[in-house]
Amino acid sequence: MNWLISGNKKRINIADIPVLNIEDLRFEIINLNKRVIGFFGKKEFDKTRLFVVMADDSEGKLYISSSIFEADKKSYESITKEVPAFHVFEREFYEEFGIEPVGHPWLKPMRDHKKEYEFFEMKGDEVHQVAVGPIHAGVIEPGHFRFMCHGEKIYDLEIQLGWQHRGVEDLFLSVPTNQLAESVCGDSVIAYNLAYSNAMESLGECEITNKAQLIRLIALEMERCAIHIGDLGAIAGDIAYLMGASIFGATRTLVINTMLEISGNRFGRGLITTGGVNFAIDKELSNTIISTLNKVSADVERTIKTMLKSPTVASRLEKTGVVSEENARSLGLVGMAAKASGVNIDTRFDFPDKWYQDIENRSTKADGDVYSRTRLRYKEIKQSIYIIKKFLSKLELYADEMNIVYVPQPKPNSFVVSLTEGWRGEVVHIALTDDNGNLSRYKIKDPSFNNWFALAMAVRNNGISDFPLCNKSFNLSYCGNDL
Amino acid sequence: MLDTLKLRIYQGQQFIKDIQNAPMREQFRGFPIITDVQVDESICPLGAIKNNPLSIDMGKCTLCGACAKKCSSIKFSNYYKLASTDRKKLIVTPNMNPEEYNKTAFEVRKEIKKVFGKSLKLRQVSAGGCNGCEMELNACSNVNFDMGRFGIDFVASPRHADGIVITGPITENMAYALEDCYKSTPNPKIVVLCGACAISGGIYQNSTKLNREFLEKYPIDLYIPGCPVHPLTFINAMVDFIS
Repeated sequence: MNWLISGNKKRINIADIPVLNIEDLRFEIINLNKRVIGFFGKKEFDKTRLFVVMADDSEGKLYISSSIFEADKKSYESITKEVPAFHVFEREFYEEFGIEPVGHPWLKPMRDHKKEYEFFEMKGDEVHQVAVGPIHAGVIEPGHFRFMCHGEKIYDLEIQLGWQHRGVEDLFLSVPTNQLAESVCGDSVIAYNLAYSNAMESLGECEITNKAQLIRLIALEMERCAIHIGDLGAIAGDIAYLMGASIFGATRTLVINTMLEISGNRFGRGLITTGGVNFAIDKELSNTIISTLNKVSADVERTIKTMLKSPTVASRLEKTGVVSEENARSLGLVGMAAKASGVNIDTRFDFPDKWYQDIENRSTKADGDVYSRTRLRYKEIKQSIYIIKKFLSKLELYADEMNIVYVPQPKPNSFVVSLTEGWRGEVVHIALTDDNGNLSRYKIKDPSFNNWFALAMAVRNNGISDFPLCNKSFNLSYCGNDL
Repeated sequence: MLDTLKLRIYQGQQFIKDIQNAPMREQFRGFPIITDVQVDESICPLGAIKNNPLSIDMGKCTLCGACAKKCSSIKFSNYYKLASTDRKKLIVTPNMNPEEYNKTAFEVRKEIKKVFGKSLKLRQVSAGGCNGCEMELNACSNVNFDMGRFGIDFVASPRHADGIVITGPITENMAYALEDCYKSTPNPKIVVLCGACAISGGIYQNSTKLNREFLEKYPIDLYIPGCPVHPLTFINAMVDFIS
């Protein structure tokens, strides 16, 4: 057995994970031809154990394997050469453990700023560089963008991140709390806290109540809805369609204020806790949510239709920032960025739990441009509102259940992969425990980790003035990437 | 065109008329009201609670509500004016009244009103924040809150700014850029710490990847607690500060 086949939120024993030598593992990875979602190391005394998790989206299965590097083995043959999606995973692994993927096409730092970094340079007549960041013009997170331009046209964009690196994964080992999980990425509070709580509950082999599960998923869909509306506003703002910016901004306020009514916080902080939820949704609140969402739905529909009908809007959005389906597949894009390029992956439906099983997920036309990403957000807002209403009606059946159940101490020497579809895409949390049941490694993969490179691809051959628009259409996370 | 006009009329006016007395939903977790008892300090994952007498450090508190779940003598009110010009005043003690707290929390400085009273332009620096405070600061300028009406705005360059607003626990990697930004801001200037992370390191206080030397080197003018800071908390703090 070269792979251990498991599923989402299933606890397995670390001892059951096969250990191959790295050459065999490399061969197996290339042969398996699945999507990589985890590729990370763990120190075991002076050795390093490399874990690999591959996802089979059509079957809803996870393939897990590993390899051990002895203290003196400091290199292996790069997998990126064969499977480009590994590029960022191998860079991260190299930076953290110093084991070099030989033949990696671009082994540059991920988050480390100790050495001065030399950017890729283009030379020639009238070629110039534009350096932006780490501090940007707007109120956003830090990151550095280096454009190689010829006139107004972008030939290449290089994105260097790591400014937000604050050692989140290590902190999970010393203070594993829901509060920390909520603060990893503040625009995906629910998705992160859900992924963390699911992981801890799976490690303790505990099933939470149906009521708590539904409330969590309602919050997850509300988060998706709120951010997508906010981003539609930001896209409108970036093309100077100020009416859209104003109305979407105000509509988003309605959604997040409803979240405040549920949990006491506009982003849903404090709602989810390991074992269940801290706040219930009663009949009265449920009616408030439904009437707010009806208004939100009508406002969004009316505004987006007016906006997209305008030829000046269409001319800015269409064929801008295109990521081809071929590129999206080979780079291993996930979530919204992938769906807008025609790669229809969504862990809600590919790894369904009992709630998402009977929800239909139709794919839409996708051209990989800003217009497609805008349309996709609109589609997802409508879908989320539909799902919230459906879950709210199911919630009535479980009104008498408990909010929180007791979660036993995590089982020792265990391994669990917890996948949650946040609004950006799959949030992957992988937790490992030691002999005493304490966390010994916590690995997080934000969808932005895969998708930042897509932004660099999207802006090629576009005017530099379209960069903010392209950037906003992805709206990737700096803190989720930097951890 | 006609659709656009109709949409504009349908939207009407969205702004909150009286920001300083804006009503807040009762579920909001804001100023904590506590009575003096002994509690287990470890119920707070941030270490914000201390005994003898019982106190909550708003500079550390993320308003998560974990303590209120476990201890009936701590209750969170929906009072949202939480800011202070003095770090020490952020500590809430038993039977403290939120209005009283707000009155004593601001040290009136005539020169602030004189220089920034009518126009205050701010440069925001995200130094390891989770994007929560950043989103709320963006929301301050939306049509609901409309902070610009008080002459307070975020600007694109530190050269155009009268002060900087720091969010996040200040990572090692951002320390240089933050200081550079501060130095690029012309005098006189103010420094505002926004959110639990910026004030105390918050949930990241034990991280080894932080470098908070900046806070020891330069004077801080305003502390705005929250996780993230609610737009009403931020706007009222700024308005109180310059008036």
